[in-house]
Amino acid sequence: MSDVALTAEVLLEHEVGLHARPSVKLTKLAKTFQSRIELSPGPDGPWIDAKSIVKVMAARAPKGTVLQFRAAGDDARAALDALVALVRNDFETGAAGEAE
Amino acid sequence: MTGTPATGQELAGRAASPGLAAGPVVVVDRVVAGTRPAGDPDAEAARLSQALETASAQIAGLMETVDAEAAEMLEFQLAMLEDEELTAPAREAIAGGSSADAAVAAALDAAIAEYRASQDEYFRARSADLADIRERLLRALSGEEGAAGSMAGAVLVGTDLTPTRFLETDWSAGGGIVLAEGSPSSHVAMLARARGVPMVTGLGAFDMSGLTEALVDGDSGRVRFNPDEAARRQHNERAEVLAREAEAAKTYLGRPAATACGVSISVMINVAAPEEVDALDPSHCDGIGLMRTEFLFHGPGGLPDEESQYRAYRKVLAWADGRSVTIRTLDAGGDKPVPGLTVEESNPFLGCRGIRLSLRRPDVFRVQLRALARAGCHGNLQVMLPMVSVPGEITEAARLLDDCIAELRAEGREAVRPPLGIMVEVPAVAVTPERFGEAAFFSIGSNDLTQYVLAAGRDSPDVAELGRADDPAVLALVASTLRGGVAARLPVSLCGDAGSDLAVLPKLLACGLRRVSVAPAALARVKAAIAGMRLGDDG
Repeated sequence: MSDVALTAEVLLEHEVGLHARPSVKLTKLAKTFQSRIELSPGPDGPWIDAKSIVKVMAARAPKGTVLQFRAAGDDARAALDALVALVRNDFETGAAGEAE
Repeated sequence: MTGTPATGQELAGRAASPGLAAGPVVVVDRVVAGTRPAGDPDAEAARLSQALETASAQIAGLMETVDAEAAEMLEFQLAMLEDEELTAPAREAIAGGSSADAAVAAALDAAIAEYRASQDEYFRARSADLADIRERLLRALSGEEGAAGSMAGAVLVGTDLTPTRFLETDWSAGGGIVLAEGSPSSHVAMLARARGVPMVTGLGAFDMSGLTEALVDGDSGRVRFNPDEAARRQHNERAEVLAREAEAAKTYLGRPAATACGVSISVMINVAAPEEVDALDPSHCDGIGLMRTEFLFHGPGGLPDEESQYRAYRKVLAWADGRSVTIRTLDAGGDKPVPGLTVEESNPFLGCRGIRLSLRRPDVFRVQLRALARAGCHGNLQVMLPMVSVPGEITEAARLLDDCIAELRAEGREAVRPPLGIMVEVPAVAVTPERFGEAAFFSIGSNDLTQYVLAAGRDSPDVAELGRADDPAVLALVASTLRGGVAARLPVSLCGDAGSDLAVLPKLLACGLRRVSVAPAALARVKAAIAGMRLGDDG
């Protein structure tokens, strides 16, 4: 990423990891932001596009993964806050719904 | 069985959902990419874009007609379709001169293979969604869009059928399902029984070209393709007789069941999902003899939390309005894998399933027991353990249940201790029921009991003929279980398919069975049949 990227990390506690339903919610939420957003299942990458469900599913992050996010753009801070809240709330709460 | 069935020839498979159906054949086999030569890359790319739009619109439309759980599964498919990454390899192939059809087939085949190769069972199971997407895109490319939805009354013929294909089919005008493979215990078969769609599985491989019309007998498992006039007439006449009988049977629905000689029989229903009871009148049955809980564990969100389980159980207890409700703890494993829970085994029916799995995963089991103990405050609940084979399993489950109740009360929550009974499906229990007196009740699971006694797998069409629930060996174990129940003063019921098989039911009553739990769709005819039975003569 060429811009200066903001980063955040959050523990993935969802029982089956980053699978179908969580991935749908996460990518939908990510797409509501202008910023370029990437996630990684570890601090050293690989970094993948958080707006692509195909890529997010392929990461196969299991329960217990510390998910890393990085975002660059005008709304990068808001994007990271929203994504971390979504994961922290076990993909259940209004965070994803509000963003739709 | 290979080659095109001759005109009018009758094929025999396994009955998976009862009833008769007749209609035009729609072959739903895996779509093969057309061999149409590629046009210029721009035209092919445009066809791909068009197909993606068509497929997305179809899924969005379908989502409005299904329940929340099915909608979540479809939402995933929609998100995949809308992600350009999914078809990026296809667009590359098109730029290189491939046709859109071949490019889509290759791209999705590669993705499906990758999902299937995963170590993670949940991830592997998603390959079915990708197969659905593949089929839908290829259908859209061949201009067959919406074919499934528009063919009301058709008989779907194929190797197997995906759940989404079932959900998107319009069954309002009748229709049926005929599969070369498949299984009566599959997810699709359950859906078919719940919707009353006649279905036959396990016909074996046959050539599906040239089939125009099918007569389906979901009671006997027989199918006739391209029938002549005489066969068609005979089928219609039988359908009319059955419809009249079904109409007459309905008059028995509101009455308690009793034989012609005056013996009362308790007739309950089996429920696979909480929504099923919405369309049913609780006064038509003597309660719920088996509520399965596997459906709760198959949502795309993974294992259900305590709250969602509690809500599902409480809903069913409220519906039953004081009638007995027997909820079976998770019976995962065997032919019912649960992502993130079951392990892959070479012989799953003899492996870690039912209570065996629950006791190995107390973290998951306790969530269910807590939800059950809380729900028990709102009705007449019994809890049933599946696949018990030694008495110690009851002791261990009871200890966990008591623990959970103490924990709930310590948290200031209301909880009751429901009676804890067992399924009798492992022959060990049926042979020596007196060792299992710690149970509060017995419920005979005739499907598994039969497959274990006769060593004939439920999932194998080749040995289906061996696995008869009225085999003398099975009936002897039913009688043994009933004697054990009398001796230990425990109620004994039967919740397998044998209870709604009108050829088997009289033999079960002759063994002394007085409580049976059947599929809701079979309730009327079972009660009507009981009214015509005389104990002591099997005729």
